[in-house]
Amino acid sequence: MSVPNSSEYIKHHMQHLVFGRLPDGALGLAHTPAQIAQMGFWSLNVDTLGVSLVLGLVFSCLFAHAARKAQIGVPSRFQNFVEWMIEFVDGSVRSSFMAKNDLVAPLALTIFCWIFLMNMMDLVPIDYVPGLAEWAGLPYFKLVPSTDPNATFGMAFAVFFLVLYYSIKIKGIGGFLGELTLQPFGKWGLPVNLILEVVNLISKPVSLSLRLFGNMYAGEMIFILIAALLPFWAQWILSVPWAIFHLLIVTLQAFIFMVLTIVYLDMAYQETH
Amino acid sequence: MDINATLIGQTIMFIVFVWFCMRFIWPPITQALEARRQQIADGLAQAERGKHDLELAAKRAGQVLTDARQQASEILAQAERRATHIIEEAKGHARVEGERVLAASRAELEQQIYRAKEDLRQHVAELAVSGAEKILRREIDARAHADLLSTIQDQL
Repeated sequence: MSVPNSSEYIKHHMQHLVFGRLPDGALGLAHTPAQIAQMGFWSLNVDTLGVSLVLGLVFSCLFAHAARKAQIGVPSRFQNFVEWMIEFVDGSVRSSFMAKNDLVAPLALTIFCWIFLMNMMDLVPIDYVPGLAEWAGLPYFKLVPSTDPNATFGMAFAVFFLVLYYSIKIKGIGGFLGELTLQPFGKWGLPVNLILEVVNLISKPVSLSLRLFGNMYAGEMIFILIAALLPFWAQWILSVPWAIFHLLIVTLQAFIFMVLTIVYLDMAYQETH
Repeated sequence: MDINATLIGQTIMFIVFVWFCMRFIWPPITQALEARRQQIADGLAQAERGKHDLELAAKRAGQVLTDARQQASEILAQAERRATHIIEEAKGHARVEGERVLAASRAELEQQIYRAKEDLRQHVAELAVSGAEKILRREIDARAHADLLSTIQDQL
Protein backbone atom coordinates (compact mmCIF):
# COMPACT_ATOMS: atom_id res chain seq x y z
CA MET A 1 0.00 0.00 0.00
CA SER A 2 1.18 3.52 -0.66
CA VAL A 3 2.40 5.87 2.02
CA PRO A 4 0.42 9.05 1.10
CA ASN A 5 -2.97 7.80 2.22
CA SER A 6 -1.80 5.76 5.19
CA SER A 7 -4.77 6.90 7.26
CA GLU A 8 -7.08 5.45 4.63
CA TYR A 9 -5.02 2.25 4.67
CA ILE A 10 -5.43 1.99 8.43
CA LYS A 11 -9.17 2.66 8.28
CA HIS A 12 -9.55 0.07 5.56
CA HIS A 13 -7.82 -2.49 7.71
CA MET A 14 -10.00 -1.75 10.71
CA GLN A 15 -13.23 -2.32 8.79
CA HIS A 16 -15.23 -5.52 9.01
CA LEU A 17 -16.90 -7.25 6.13
CA VAL A 18 -20.51 -6.59 7.12
CA PHE A 19 -23.61 -8.27 5.79
CA GLY A 20 -27.00 -6.63 6.36
CA ARG A 21 -29.86 -4.63 4.92
CA LEU A 22 -28.59 -2.01 2.49
CA PRO A 23 -30.25 1.46 2.23
CA ASP A 24 -32.18 0.39 -0.85
CA GLY A 25 -33.78 -2.42 1.19
CA ALA A 26 -31.86 -5.35 -0.33
CA LEU A 27 -29.67 -7.71 1.71
CA GLY A 28 -26.02 -7.53 0.87
CA LEU A 29 -22.43 -6.69 1.84
CA ALA A 30 -21.68 -3.11 2.89
CA HIS A 31 -19.11 -1.42 0.66
CA THR A 32 -18.62 1.84 2.55
CA PRO A 33 -18.35 2.82 6.24
CA ALA A 34 -21.55 4.86 5.78
CA GLN A 35 -23.48 1.79 4.68
CA ILE A 36 -22.15 -0.13 7.69
CA ALA A 37 -23.25 2.62 10.08
CA GLN A 38 -26.70 2.58 8.53
CA MET A 39 -27.15 -1.16 9.01
CA GLY A 40 -27.34 -0.81 12.76
CA PHE A 41 -27.53 -3.78 15.09
CA TRP A 42 -29.09 -6.31 12.72
CA SER A 43 -26.03 -6.96 10.62
CA LEU A 44 -23.40 -9.65 10.66
CA ASN A 45 -19.62 -9.42 10.54
CA VAL A 46 -19.12 -12.13 7.95
CA ASP A 47 -15.35 -12.18 8.37
CA THR A 48 -15.48 -12.68 12.15
CA LEU A 49 -18.14 -15.34 11.90
CA GLY A 50 -16.46 -17.14 9.03
CA VAL A 51 -12.93 -17.17 10.42
CA SER A 52 -14.03 -18.18 13.92
CA LEU A 53 -16.23 -20.90 12.47
CA VAL A 54 -13.34 -22.27 10.42
CA LEU A 55 -10.98 -22.12 13.41
CA GLY A 56 -13.54 -23.75 15.68
CA LEU A 57 -14.00 -26.49 13.11
CA VAL A 58 -10.23 -26.93 12.86
CA PHE A 59 -10.01 -27.36 16.63
CA SER A 60 -13.06 -29.63 16.82
CA CYS A 61 -12.03 -31.84 13.93
CA LEU A 62 -8.43 -32.25 15.05
CA PHE A 63 -9.36 -33.07 18.62
CA ALA A 64 -12.33 -35.23 17.63
CA HIS A 65 -10.01 -37.14 15.29
CA ALA A 66 -7.61 -37.70 18.19
CA ALA A 67 -10.52 -38.67 20.44
CA ARG A 68 -11.81 -41.21 17.94
CA LYS A 69 -8.36 -42.70 17.51
CA ALA A 70 -7.64 -42.55 21.25
CA GLN A 71 -6.12 -45.82 22.34
CA ILE A 72 -4.71 -47.23 25.52
CA GLY A 73 -1.52 -48.47 23.89
CA VAL A 74 1.43 -46.43 22.67
CA PRO A 75 -0.05 -43.08 21.51
CA SER A 76 0.82 -41.48 18.21
CA ARG A 77 2.66 -38.17 18.22
CA PHE A 78 -0.52 -36.23 17.53
CA GLN A 79 -2.44 -38.11 20.19
CA ASN A 80 0.41 -37.33 22.54
CA PHE A 81 0.05 -33.64 21.83
CA VAL A 82 -3.71 -33.71 22.31
CA GLU A 83 -3.34 -35.62 25.56
CA TRP A 84 -0.75 -33.14 26.72
CA MET A 85 -3.21 -30.30 26.03
CA ILE A 86 -5.99 -32.14 27.82
CA GLU A 87 -3.83 -32.79 30.85
CA PHE A 88 -2.67 -29.18 30.91
CA VAL A 89 -6.27 -27.92 30.91
CA ASP A 90 -7.33 -30.62 33.34
CA GLY A 91 -4.54 -29.57 35.69
CA SER A 92 -5.62 -25.92 35.51
CA VAL A 93 -9.24 -26.88 36.23
CA ARG A 94 -8.30 -29.16 39.11
CA SER A 95 -6.13 -26.52 40.73
CA SER A 96 -8.76 -23.76 40.72
CA PHE A 97 -12.15 -25.46 40.44
CA MET A 98 -13.03 -27.31 43.63
CA ALA A 99 -16.48 -28.69 42.87
CA LYS A 100 -17.27 -31.52 40.52
CA ASN A 101 -18.63 -30.51 37.11
CA ASP A 102 -18.33 -32.23 33.75
CA LEU A 103 -18.77 -29.00 31.79
CA VAL A 104 -15.95 -26.85 33.11
CA ALA A 105 -12.97 -28.79 31.75
CA PRO A 106 -14.28 -29.14 28.14
CA LEU A 107 -15.37 -25.51 28.32
CA ALA A 108 -11.88 -24.46 29.37
CA LEU A 109 -10.26 -26.56 26.64
CA THR A 110 -12.54 -25.11 23.98
CA ILE A 111 -11.92 -21.57 25.19
CA PHE A 112 -8.17 -21.98 25.26
CA CYS A 113 -7.82 -23.63 21.87
CA TRP A 114 -10.37 -21.49 20.07
CA ILE A 115 -9.03 -18.19 21.41
CA PHE A 116 -5.46 -19.31 20.80
CA LEU A 117 -6.25 -20.09 17.17
CA MET A 118 -8.16 -16.79 16.75
CA ASN A 119 -5.27 -14.84 18.25
CA MET A 120 -2.79 -16.69 16.05
CA MET A 121 -4.50 -15.15 13.02
CA ASP A 122 -2.84 -11.94 14.15
CA LEU A 123 0.51 -13.37 13.02
CA VAL A 124 -0.62 -13.85 9.44
CA PRO A 125 0.98 -10.97 7.51
CA ILE A 126 -1.70 -8.31 7.61
CA ASP A 127 -2.03 -7.60 3.91
CA TYR A 128 -2.36 -11.19 2.73
CA VAL A 129 -5.99 -11.82 3.52
CA PRO A 130 -7.42 -8.34 2.80
CA GLY A 131 -5.47 -8.46 -0.45
CA LEU A 132 -6.95 -11.83 -1.32
CA ALA A 133 -10.40 -10.56 -0.37
CA GLU A 134 -9.99 -7.52 -2.60
CA TRP A 135 -8.96 -9.80 -5.44
CA ALA A 136 -12.09 -11.90 -4.74
CA GLY A 137 -14.26 -8.78 -4.83
CA LEU A 138 -14.87 -8.32 -1.11
CA PRO A 139 -14.50 -4.72 0.08
CA TYR A 140 -13.07 -5.49 3.51
CA PHE A 141 -11.76 -8.44 5.45
CA LYS A 142 -10.61 -8.39 9.07
CA LEU A 143 -8.90 -11.68 9.71
CA VAL A 144 -8.55 -11.74 13.51
CA PRO A 145 -11.87 -12.58 15.20
CA SER A 146 -10.58 -11.73 18.67
CA THR A 147 -10.06 -8.10 17.59
CA ASP A 148 -13.84 -7.96 17.10
CA PRO A 149 -15.63 -7.16 20.38
CA ASN A 150 -18.58 -9.19 19.12
CA ALA A 151 -16.49 -12.34 19.33
CA THR A 152 -14.99 -11.65 22.74
CA PHE A 153 -18.28 -10.44 24.23
CA GLY A 154 -20.02 -13.41 22.69
CA MET A 155 -17.82 -15.80 24.61
CA ALA A 156 -17.83 -13.69 27.77
CA PHE A 157 -21.65 -13.56 27.77
CA ALA A 158 -21.86 -17.32 27.40
CA VAL A 159 -19.53 -17.65 30.38
CA PHE A 160 -21.56 -15.04 32.26
CA PHE A 161 -24.79 -16.97 31.68
CA LEU A 162 -23.10 -20.09 32.98
CA VAL A 163 -21.98 -18.17 36.08
CA LEU A 164 -25.57 -16.98 36.66
CA TYR A 165 -26.97 -20.44 35.96
CA TYR A 166 -24.65 -22.22 38.40
CA SER A 167 -25.01 -19.48 41.04
CA ILE A 168 -28.78 -19.96 41.03
CA LYS A 169 -28.56 -23.73 40.68
CA ILE A 170 -26.20 -24.14 43.63
CA LYS A 171 -27.49 -21.43 45.98
CA GLY A 172 -31.10 -21.12 44.84
CA ILE A 173 -32.68 -17.85 43.75
CA GLY A 174 -32.92 -16.68 47.35
CA GLY A 175 -29.29 -17.48 48.05
CA PHE A 176 -28.17 -15.73 44.89
CA LEU A 177 -30.27 -12.62 45.63
CA GLY A 178 -29.03 -12.70 49.21
CA GLU A 179 -25.50 -12.73 47.96
CA LEU A 180 -26.29 -9.70 45.79
CA THR A 181 -28.05 -7.70 48.51
CA LEU A 182 -26.80 -8.70 51.97
CA GLN A 183 -23.04 -8.34 51.44
CA PRO A 184 -20.75 -6.80 52.44
CA PHE A 185 -22.61 -4.36 54.77
CA GLY A 186 -25.50 -6.46 56.09
CA LYS A 187 -29.22 -5.83 55.49
CA TRP A 188 -29.15 -2.12 56.49
CA GLY A 189 -26.77 -1.30 53.69
CA LEU A 190 -28.93 -3.02 51.09
CA PRO A 191 -28.86 -0.40 48.29
CA VAL A 192 -25.11 0.02 48.57
CA ASN A 193 -24.65 -3.72 48.66
CA LEU A 194 -26.77 -4.15 45.57
CA ILE A 195 -24.83 -1.55 43.61
CA LEU A 196 -21.47 -2.99 44.66
CA GLU A 197 -22.41 -6.57 43.96
CA VAL A 198 -24.08 -5.86 40.63
CA VAL A 199 -21.02 -3.93 39.49
CA ASN A 200 -18.89 -6.81 40.71
CA LEU A 201 -21.04 -9.27 38.77
CA ILE A 202 -21.20 -7.25 35.56
CA SER A 203 -17.49 -6.53 35.66
CA LYS A 204 -16.75 -10.22 35.18
CA PRO A 205 -17.86 -10.63 31.54
CA VAL A 206 -16.86 -7.06 30.69
CA SER A 207 -13.30 -7.44 31.98
CA LEU A 208 -13.06 -10.90 30.47
CA SER A 209 -13.97 -9.76 26.99
CA LEU A 210 -12.38 -6.30 27.05
CA ARG A 211 -9.05 -7.68 28.24
CA LEU A 212 -8.83 -10.06 25.32
CA PHE A 213 -10.25 -7.57 22.84
CA GLY A 214 -7.97 -4.76 24.01
CA ASN A 215 -4.80 -6.81 23.86
CA MET A 216 -5.50 -8.25 20.44
CA TYR A 217 -6.80 -4.97 19.01
CA ALA A 218 -3.71 -3.12 20.20
CA GLY A 219 -1.43 -5.82 18.82
CA GLU A 220 -3.20 -5.75 15.47
CA MET A 221 -3.07 -1.97 15.44
CA ILE A 222 0.69 -2.01 15.92
CA PHE A 223 1.12 -4.42 13.01
CA ILE A 224 -1.06 -2.14 10.87
CA LEU A 225 0.91 0.94 11.92
CA ILE A 226 4.19 -0.76 11.11
CA ALA A 227 2.83 -1.75 7.71
CA ALA A 228 1.35 1.71 7.08
CA LEU A 229 4.24 3.87 8.16
CA LEU A 230 7.38 1.98 7.12
CA PRO A 231 8.56 1.21 3.59
CA PHE A 232 8.10 -2.47 2.74
CA TRP A 233 11.82 -3.34 2.95
CA ALA A 234 12.13 -2.00 6.51
CA GLN A 235 8.94 -3.37 8.00
CA TRP A 236 10.51 -6.62 9.20
CA ILE A 237 12.83 -4.69 11.55
CA LEU A 238 9.84 -3.87 13.75
CA SER A 239 7.25 -6.42 12.77
CA VAL A 240 9.40 -9.50 13.42
CA PRO A 241 10.30 -8.58 17.03
CA TRP A 242 6.69 -7.54 17.62
CA ALA A 243 5.42 -10.82 16.18
CA ILE A 244 7.73 -12.78 18.47
CA PHE A 245 6.57 -10.77 21.46
CA HIS A 246 3.00 -11.05 20.28
CA LEU A 247 3.29 -14.84 20.31
CA LEU A 248 3.61 -14.54 24.07
CA ILE A 249 0.54 -12.28 24.30
CA VAL A 250 -1.45 -14.63 22.06
CA THR A 251 -0.83 -17.58 24.37
CA LEU A 252 -1.10 -15.58 27.55
CA GLN A 253 -4.46 -14.01 26.67
CA ALA A 254 -5.94 -17.38 25.73
CA PHE A 255 -4.67 -18.78 28.99
CA ILE A 256 -5.97 -15.85 31.05
CA PHE A 257 -9.44 -16.11 29.50
CA MET A 258 -9.49 -19.81 30.32
CA VAL A 259 -8.25 -19.44 33.89
CA LEU A 260 -10.62 -16.55 34.67
CA THR A 261 -13.54 -18.57 33.30
CA ILE A 262 -12.63 -21.43 35.62
CA VAL A 263 -12.24 -19.06 38.57
CA TYR A 264 -15.57 -17.31 37.94
CA LEU A 265 -17.37 -20.63 37.72
CA ASP A 266 -15.66 -21.78 40.89
CA MET A 267 -16.86 -18.59 42.61
CA ALA A 268 -20.37 -19.31 41.35
CA TYR A 269 -20.14 -22.67 43.07
CA GLN A 270 -18.91 -21.31 46.37
CA GLU A 271 -21.40 -20.43 49.11
CA THR A 272 -19.69 -17.21 50.19
CA HIS A 273 -17.01 -15.21 48.53
CA MET B 1 -16.45 -0.75 18.74
CA ASP B 2 -19.54 -1.67 16.83
CA ILE B 3 -21.66 -4.32 18.44
CA ASN B 4 -24.10 -6.02 16.11
CA ALA B 5 -25.88 -9.33 15.65
CA THR B 6 -22.50 -11.02 15.22
CA LEU B 7 -22.51 -11.12 19.01
CA ILE B 8 -25.44 -13.53 19.01
CA GLY B 9 -23.89 -15.63 16.25
CA GLN B 10 -20.61 -15.87 18.10
CA THR B 11 -22.36 -16.86 21.33
CA ILE B 12 -24.29 -19.62 19.57
CA MET B 13 -21.17 -20.84 17.80
CA PHE B 14 -19.26 -20.87 21.07
CA ILE B 15 -21.99 -22.88 22.79
CA VAL B 16 -22.06 -25.39 19.93
CA PHE B 17 -18.28 -25.87 20.02
CA VAL B 18 -18.28 -26.28 23.79
CA TRP B 19 -21.11 -28.80 23.55
CA PHE B 20 -19.23 -30.69 20.84
CA CYS B 21 -16.06 -30.75 22.92
CA MET B 22 -17.96 -31.87 26.00
CA ARG B 23 -19.75 -34.60 24.07
CA PHE B 24 -17.17 -35.98 21.64
CA ILE B 25 -13.68 -34.83 22.61
CA TRP B 26 -13.19 -34.69 26.33
CA PRO B 27 -14.72 -37.98 27.55
CA PRO B 28 -13.02 -40.44 25.15
CA ILE B 29 -9.59 -38.90 25.63
CA THR B 30 -9.79 -38.74 29.41
CA GLN B 31 -11.13 -42.29 29.45
CA ALA B 32 -8.20 -43.45 27.32
CA LEU B 33 -5.80 -41.63 29.63
CA GLU B 34 -7.34 -43.22 32.70
CA ALA B 35 -7.32 -46.67 31.09
CA ARG B 36 -3.66 -46.26 30.16
CA ARG B 37 -2.83 -45.11 33.67
CA GLN B 38 -4.53 -48.23 35.01
CA GLN B 39 -2.69 -50.43 32.54
CA ILE B 40 0.66 -48.96 33.49
CA ALA B 41 -0.12 -49.38 37.17
CA ASP B 42 -1.07 -53.02 36.55
CA GLY B 43 2.07 -53.59 34.53
CA LEU B 44 4.25 -52.14 37.25
CA ALA B 45 2.54 -54.26 39.89
CA GLN B 46 3.04 -57.35 37.72
CA ALA B 47 6.70 -56.52 37.21
CA GLU B 48 7.09 -56.13 40.97
CA ARG B 49 5.45 -59.51 41.52
CA GLY B 50 7.66 -61.08 38.86
CA LYS B 51 10.76 -59.70 40.53
CA HIS B 52 9.61 -61.09 43.85
CA ASP B 53 8.98 -64.50 42.26
CA LEU B 54 12.41 -64.44 40.70
CA GLU B 55 14.01 -63.70 44.06
CA LEU B 56 12.15 -66.60 45.64
CA ALA B 57 13.19 -68.95 42.84
CA ALA B 58 16.81 -67.86 43.13
CA LYS B 59 16.70 -68.51 46.84
CA ARG B 60 15.20 -71.95 46.29
CA ALA B 61 17.77 -72.76 43.61
CA GLY B 62 20.56 -71.83 46.02
CA GLN B 63 19.05 -74.07 48.65
CA VAL B 64 18.83 -77.00 46.23
CA LEU B 65 22.41 -76.45 45.13
CA THR B 66 23.67 -76.43 48.70
CA ASP B 67 21.75 -79.63 49.45
CA ALA B 68 23.15 -81.32 46.36
CA ARG B 69 26.68 -80.31 47.24
CA GLN B 70 26.28 -81.66 50.74
CA GLN B 71 24.82 -84.91 49.46
CA ALA B 72 27.66 -85.29 46.98
CA SER B 73 30.28 -84.81 49.66
CA GLU B 74 28.48 -87.35 51.84
CA ILE B 75 28.44 -89.86 49.00
CA LEU B 76 32.12 -89.21 48.39
CA ALA B 77 32.99 -89.76 52.03
CA GLN B 78 30.97 -92.96 52.09
CA ALA B 79 32.70 -94.21 48.98
CA GLU B 80 36.09 -93.47 50.44
CA ARG B 81 35.17 -95.31 53.61
CA ARG B 82 33.98 -98.23 51.61
CA ALA B 83 37.16 -98.25 49.53
CA THR B 84 39.40 -98.37 52.58
CA HIS B 85 37.17 -101.06 54.01
CA ILE B 86 37.51 -103.14 50.85
CA ILE B 87 41.26 -102.67 50.83
CA GLU B 88 41.50 -103.74 54.46
CA GLU B 89 39.37 -106.75 53.75
CA ALA B 90 41.51 -107.67 50.73
CA LYS B 91 44.63 -107.32 52.85
CA GLY B 92 43.15 -109.67 55.46
CA HIS B 93 42.20 -112.18 52.82
CA ALA B 94 45.65 -112.02 51.31
CA ARG B 95 47.31 -112.55 54.65
CA VAL B 96 45.13 -115.56 55.41
CA GLU B 97 45.70 -116.98 51.96
CA GLY B 98 49.41 -116.47 52.22
CA GLU B 99 49.51 -118.20 55.56
CA ARG B 100 47.49 -121.05 54.15
CA VAL B 101 49.82 -121.43 51.18
CA LEU B 102 52.78 -121.25 53.51
CA ALA B 103 51.33 -123.89 55.72
CA ALA B 104 50.55 -126.13 52.76
CA SER B 105 53.99 -125.81 51.35
CA ARG B 106 55.49 -126.37 54.77
CA ALA B 107 53.44 -129.54 55.11
CA GLU B 108 54.46 -130.72 51.73
CA LEU B 109 58.05 -130.00 52.53
CA GLU B 110 57.79 -131.98 55.70
CA GLN B 111 56.20 -134.78 53.81
CA GLN B 112 58.98 -134.73 51.26
CA ILE B 113 61.55 -134.65 54.02
CA TYR B 114 59.83 -137.56 55.62
CA ARG B 115 59.75 -139.41 52.28
CA ALA B 116 63.38 -138.64 51.69
CA LYS B 117 64.19 -139.88 55.16
CA GLU B 118 62.21 -142.97 54.48
CA ASP B 119 64.09 -143.54 51.22
CA LEU B 120 67.34 -142.84 52.90
CA ARG B 121 66.49 -145.27 55.67
CA GLN B 122 65.58 -147.85 53.08
CA HIS B 123 68.85 -147.28 51.29
CA VAL B 124 70.85 -147.35 54.49
CA ALA B 125 69.07 -150.52 55.52
CA GLU B 126 69.69 -152.07 52.15
CA LEU B 127 73.28 -150.93 52.27
CA ALA B 128 73.62 -152.31 55.79
CA VAL B 129 71.98 -155.52 54.76
CA SER B 130 74.09 -155.81 51.68
CA GLY B 131 77.17 -154.97 53.74
CA ALA B 132 76.15 -157.41 56.37
CA GLU B 133 75.31 -159.93 53.69
CA LYS B 134 78.71 -159.50 52.25
CA ILE B 135 80.19 -160.02 55.69
CA LEU B 136 77.91 -162.81 56.69
CA ARG B 137 77.78 -164.59 53.36
CA ARG B 138 80.74 -166.16 54.37
CA GLU B 139 79.68 -166.95 57.84
CA ILE B 140 75.90 -167.30 58.09
CA ASP B 141 72.96 -168.49 56.26
CA ALA B 142 70.81 -165.66 55.07
CA ARG B 143 67.66 -167.55 55.78
CA ALA B 144 68.59 -168.48 59.32
CA HIS B 145 69.22 -164.97 60.27
CA ALA B 146 66.36 -163.33 58.35
CA ASP B 147 64.21 -162.42 61.34
CA LEU B 148 67.23 -160.94 63.00
CA LEU B 149 67.88 -158.85 59.91
CA SER B 150 64.30 -157.65 59.71
CA THR B 151 64.43 -156.63 63.37
CA ILE B 152 67.45 -154.52 62.64
CA GLN B 153 65.75 -153.11 59.62
CA ASP B 154 62.78 -152.04 61.74
CA GLN B 155 64.96 -150.38 64.28
CA LEU B 156 66.70 -148.26 61.70
